[in-house]
Amino acid sequence: MSAKLKNTELPWWMSVVLVPLTQLVLALFVSSLVVLMVGEDPIKALKVLITGAVGTNEGLSYTLYYTTNLIFTGLAVAIAFHAGLFNIGGEGQAYLGGLGVALVCLSFDSVLPLPILFILVILSSALFGALWAFLPGFLQAQRGAHVVVTTIMFNYIAAALMNYLIVYKIGSGQASNETRYFAEDAVMPKFYQLFDGFENSLFNPTIFLALFSAFAVWYLLWRTRLGYAIRVVGFNQKAATYAGIPVKRIVVITMMISGALAGLMAVNEVYSAQNRLILSFTGGIGFIGIAVALMGRNHPLGIIFAAFLFGALLQGGTELQFEMQNLSRELILVIQGLVIFFTAALDQLLRGPLERWYSYRVMLQNNKLMAEA
Amino acid sequence: MAELSAKVAVKLDQINKRFGDVWANRDISLTIPAGSIHGVIGENGAGKSTLMSILFGFYEADSGTIEINESLVKIKNSDDAISHGIGMVHQHFMLVETLTVLENIVLGAETSWRLRDTKKVARKKLEALTDQYGLAVPLDTPVGDLPVGLQQRVEILKALYRDAEILILDEPTGVLTPQEADQLFAILDNLRRQGKTVILITHKLREIMAITDQVSVMRRGQMVAHRKTAETNSAELAELMVGRPVLLDVDKTPALAADIVLTVENLGLKDERGVDLLSDISFGLRSGEILGIAGVSGNGQSELLEVLAGMRSGTAGTVSLNTTAAKQSFAATSLPNPKKMRLYGVSHVPEDRLGEGLIKQFSMQESAVLGYSWEGSLSKPSYMSPKKLQIRTEELIENFDVRPPNPKLKTANMSGGNQQKLILAREQYELPEIFLVGQPTRGVDIGAIENIYKALIEARDKGAAILLVSVELDEIMTLSDRIMVMNQGSVVGVVDAASVESGDIGLMMAGVQRREGAV
Repeated sequence: MSAKLKNTELPWWMSVVLVPLTQLVLALFVSSLVVLMVGEDPIKALKVLITGAVGTNEGLSYTLYYTTNLIFTGLAVAIAFHAGLFNIGGEGQAYLGGLGVALVCLSFDSVLPLPILFILVILSSALFGALWAFLPGFLQAQRGAHVVVTTIMFNYIAAALMNYLIVYKIGSGQASNETRYFAEDAVMPKFYQLFDGFENSLFNPTIFLALFSAFAVWYLLWRTRLGYAIRVVGFNQKAATYAGIPVKRIVVITMMISGALAGLMAVNEVYSAQNRLILSFTGGIGFIGIAVALMGRNHPLGIIFAAFLFGALLQGGTELQFEMQNLSRELILVIQGLVIFFTAALDQLLRGPLERWYSYRVMLQNNKLMAEA
Repeated sequence: MAELSAKVAVKLDQINKRFGDVWANRDISLTIPAGSIHGVIGENGAGKSTLMSILFGFYEADSGTIEINESLVKIKNSDDAISHGIGMVHQHFMLVETLTVLENIVLGAETSWRLRDTKKVARKKLEALTDQYGLAVPLDTPVGDLPVGLQQRVEILKALYRDAEILILDEPTGVLTPQEADQLFAILDNLRRQGKTVILITHKLREIMAITDQVSVMRRGQMVAHRKTAETNSAELAELMVGRPVLLDVDKTPALAADIVLTVENLGLKDERGVDLLSDISFGLRSGEILGIAGVSGNGQSELLEVLAGMRSGTAGTVSLNTTAAKQSFAATSLPNPKKMRLYGVSHVPEDRLGEGLIKQFSMQESAVLGYSWEGSLSKPSYMSPKKLQIRTEELIENFDVRPPNPKLKTANMSGGNQQKLILAREQYELPEIFLVGQPTRGVDIGAIENIYKALIEARDKGAAILLVSVELDEIMTLSDRIMVMNQGSVVGVVDAASVESGDIGLMMAGVQRREGAV
């Protein structure tokens, strides 16, 4: 018998369901205290939050629309993470993805039919996102410049570049902060336009692209040679070298795939929802993607659920603002921050003790079995 | 053991330390008289550093007692150690390169909240110290601007500044040029004359013979001998370090060596600083033979394997392959990568099992194809079938009796011996023409060792050309047909395994004697 007690891994349902749910409850509890402090009723606030996010047809639609965005940016963070890379540049890559969408639509929206345009938009947004992630990946691989630093800088460069392009080059009219609307019959229709029974919202079929992307990422990572190589590089670069896996090339390729996924967010936001390129349309979705990936434990399935949770928070928060005047927009951010804090940053707070408790229980059980035998 | 009159500076009694299943230190007892230089010698992984870490408070022993200056003490952390007058100079210096020498020395031992006051006091004390011990160092130069030898002096000064009476030096000459090493020895001699006690940890015999009063030899976590330096010699110490050959019973017929399949000519390798890791290595390897490379670890064997496997490029010389898939000569600076090497018939069992050979977090079946994942029989680029991996892994399990026979098991949860069996099985799934094997039995239990030996000899008999690197001399003696001895990155000599005594090998490993081309 080993003298050192190794922590046994938790069963999956504890790891994937119990831990995140408890974290959420903790976060909401502390949030309640904050709401109490500003003199509002936390129970009421919670009711409004939940009802606003999932209680009504309209609320749920908006939640799912946000979810779509967050799946893309969450997947972008996750796939990079599997290669041991921390891509914080989802925001900038998604922004450039928007440029890819806009350039295709502004050029061809009156020429090409919707299906072809849709495919072009997907390719173009992914390509622009991938190219924006290429340079940080290349610098990491060749020069050892850390992607955390370079991708953050690239976010700023993206913001400045897009500012210039939208205001001076592709904006509608003089010094506008958005492009013209894309032709109505060229863009993805929303669900309420397609089917009866959907309330007016930005929710649209791009969610299927998001779900498909989640599946594709899973397949890539766990069912292809490239995915195998990505995971080897992520776990142990020395072993990758031993195996003859070209570490540098894998780093660059993975960053580009990551950027492409972030870029795809623009298909939902720019092409399908807003139907035009607006200044700063990403609005922090790229950053929330980091929290989504962390909470989803970098697994596509986990990311879908985490994206839904954060989508619900975004939508519920907006609702809260309307319903309870004392809860300002800043307070909503505090609540969202707390959720991120408890689910992502303080992950070990809950997981550590739980793992110890579980290991202890397993050990007791083993001892009992041995005593019986 | 010490003179009756001399005071005892350090007395360790029955020290035990385990990491999981591994005994890093087992029943270690050690007495060091005050005012002497005591060498602790042993190979990498023999437990020297662990023992000194216990003395300096980095680890706490599981059991056993420590006496300093003949009174029982508890050392829970390095502050305790320092307060008992113990100082340590680490192998890798603990210095802040951008701070000056003076600032580095007072760091953590400030006498006042004001840096200026601290420095003033320190400067006085240090000037006295440098005079006393002949340790001249420019106090106001940033440490990063100093050569390595002077940086080491700063470390020694740091310990003396904290009133160390007992000074531990961990592999102090590893980073020094021979001249700097001689200067260091002069300093140590001076310290001894001033009544300090010095503990010198090393695996280099020359240093032990040159400077110490007594020497203790460690092997595999145990203390195997204490000697007065004057009453021993390099050859005896070398043999004590690597152990007498205990021949495991292995059926082995004489080798039927055939064509040369690997030729290495004048291979050289320098690190980034231009230090030679390998110099002028030349040898040939025939199919059907096992060429063992003997040497105290850290003398270039690991680098040689890495270069031949294609994991890093050499800086000089050529490597020629003569296998079915490749009859070609390569400059050492542009060798094929490990993937191509495997295609050319070169298999490689890496020395560092968990650091290179497997992925701890992977399932057994994913680790079982590391380096072979692109084989057509295992996967297509667009689809890597778990079923195929599982079938392959089941074959490997069958071939090598890997336990437990569960391809889905996480690699980290396999025992060391079974991890090693998995790697060996993977690397000779198809008989390699050239088989590079590093430390095949490190941390492997006896039962598995026997299987591994049999497998290697079987591969040889089928015609594989095996290059075997091991720190276990008895393993080299048991398995090899020829033995190449390395010391400081060079080949000391090549001898016939059947007609050589382990004592001779020990001498050659210490670089003491050259016997050229016995075969």
